[in-house]
Amino acid sequence: MEILVLLKQTFDTEAKVTVEDGRVLDDDVTLVINPYDEYAVEEGLKIREAVGGSVTVVSVGDARVDEALRRALAMGADEAVRIEPPAGADEVVVANLLAAYAKDKQFDIVLGGNVSVDTGAGQTALRFAEILGIPHVAAALKLEVAGSTATVHRDAEGDTEVVEVPLPALITAQQGLNEPRYPSVPGIMKAKRKKIALLTPADLGVAVSPQTQVIEIFQAEQNRRNTLIKGSAAEQAKQLVQLLRSEAKVI
Amino acid sequence: MARNVLVVAEVRNGALRPVSFECIAAGRLVAEGGSVTAVLLGQDGAFAQELIQRGADKVVVVKGAGLAQYTPDGWLSALQAVAQDVRPDVVFTGHTGIGRDLAPRFAQRNGAGMVSDAIDVKVVDGQVVFTRAIYAGKAYAKQVIPQGQIVATIRPNNLAALEPEAGRTGDVAEVAAPAADLRTVVKEVVRQSTGGVDLTSAKIVVSGGRGVKSAEGFAPLRELAQVLGAAVGASRAACDAGYCDYAMQVGQTGKTVTPDLYIACGISGAIQHLAGMSASKVIVAINKDPEAPIFKVADYGIVGDLFEVVPLLTQEFKALLAQG
Repeated sequence: MEILVLLKQTFDTEAKVTVEDGRVLDDDVTLVINPYDEYAVEEGLKIREAVGGSVTVVSVGDARVDEALRRALAMGADEAVRIEPPAGADEVVVANLLAAYAKDKQFDIVLGGNVSVDTGAGQTALRFAEILGIPHVAAALKLEVAGSTATVHRDAEGDTEVVEVPLPALITAQQGLNEPRYPSVPGIMKAKRKKIALLTPADLGVAVSPQTQVIEIFQAEQNRRNTLIKGSAAEQAKQLVQLLRSEAKVI
Repeated sequence: MARNVLVVAEVRNGALRPVSFECIAAGRLVAEGGSVTAVLLGQDGAFAQELIQRGADKVVVVKGAGLAQYTPDGWLSALQAVAQDVRPDVVFTGHTGIGRDLAPRFAQRNGAGMVSDAIDVKVVDGQVVFTRAIYAGKAYAKQVIPQGQIVATIRPNNLAALEPEAGRTGDVAEVAAPAADLRTVVKEVVRQSTGGVDLTSAKIVVSGGRGVKSAEGFAPLRELAQVLGAAVGASRAACDAGYCDYAMQVGQTGKTVTPDLYIACGISGAIQHLAGMSASKVIVAINKDPEAPIFKVADYGIVGDLFEVVPLLTQEFKALLAQG
């Protein structure tokens, strides 16, 4: 089974975000594989281990992204591809680049994260599926592949839907799908020797313009009351309920 | 500039979702003389009048047995047929399980730009400007779609809906769903066992962290949530420790919530948790550790044992709500 994983590099979720001169500073931030994409990598490896085949990871981003791709290789992915992004690339552009890469490769299953923890838009993978005309199942909590069909347990706002989908299909990972493995030392050594293929939009024949534009980035300070309620537990409970009704007016 | 707006309305648990009314209100705002059409997929016409009272000019009810259960292919082809008729300049859905699944493919199929999970919509100098959270609320971005059709999903609980206007009238059209090849087949739906309120659109969220100590430790939180009609959430620490399901996780991984009231019980306040809840209107923190970072973002803090405080709170709320 040929497996493709769409991967994005993001800030570590414990990272503090600083906005200066209208842009998010990213110089001293720890970068990681988007956690949802890491579930996708792990699931790809599990499928390969069960039925054979190969796992390719592909990402759109600058040279720093090689580190995330290298980690996916160290986890066990077979091949890694990085696509240079054009300036101002939005979800439309990224999805078109990824689709142009995948379109003549005969992948049986494409995995990605349900959402990225930075922009949080959740568009790219679904746009990718639409461009290629393949079905998708989003927010997978469990995935079983049998022959040319996948059975997916998906999170639908807390309910679980059991969905059958014919392959090739795109499936996005929800938290809880699996527990991503740590790269082993031999895996890390092996990954170091692997070459990451580099492609440009021109190589892929993609000249799509972004359709969205960010006009401002800012941070908002929430003014909190920071009222500490004192007294016995019973007094605290009573006072809090009164404050929520009379001062905060939320009850 | 007049814009025609199409809103995908949603029904859940036998009622229209409040976010559908919020989308209509946003639609009225950007229409500027254009019309707002709401579309109901796989429903009968029973909810049409309510949508009109909330500001829709027209309602299109698409009937079809295949639409009762959401599938991307079924809903997308039905929405596409309605859109070809309405020719909307703007399409809004709630940023719900269905909206976030449907809107990106719809946008791609129509060559449209899309803004996901908008928390504010305004018209500035004739241009529709969306505000959205990035890094799960650690920062915000204003975004525009300079050309062509605009597609956006609207985060529940952030925009004000219009008050219902009893005498308001509008057209209701019923159409049959187009034939569609449904590639995904839903074999079974397992309803959430908590029978609870949806976390991302709840007005009140009661969350537990490492301090709940066990799966059983969530019981007093559930009782409080029951009394308040609240959803129950959790921190990553509680999920990782196996006290609860990952579906309950609030944070940068997990769900972003913006309720009117967020009650954090035994949650220390790791930065990735704060990202998912710090835009809540009012935050209450209950924690044994007076140094816990959660107190810095709280409106009201109680330093104490949640197992002592939470049941007392439940009693107090019960008494208050009984008074009305």
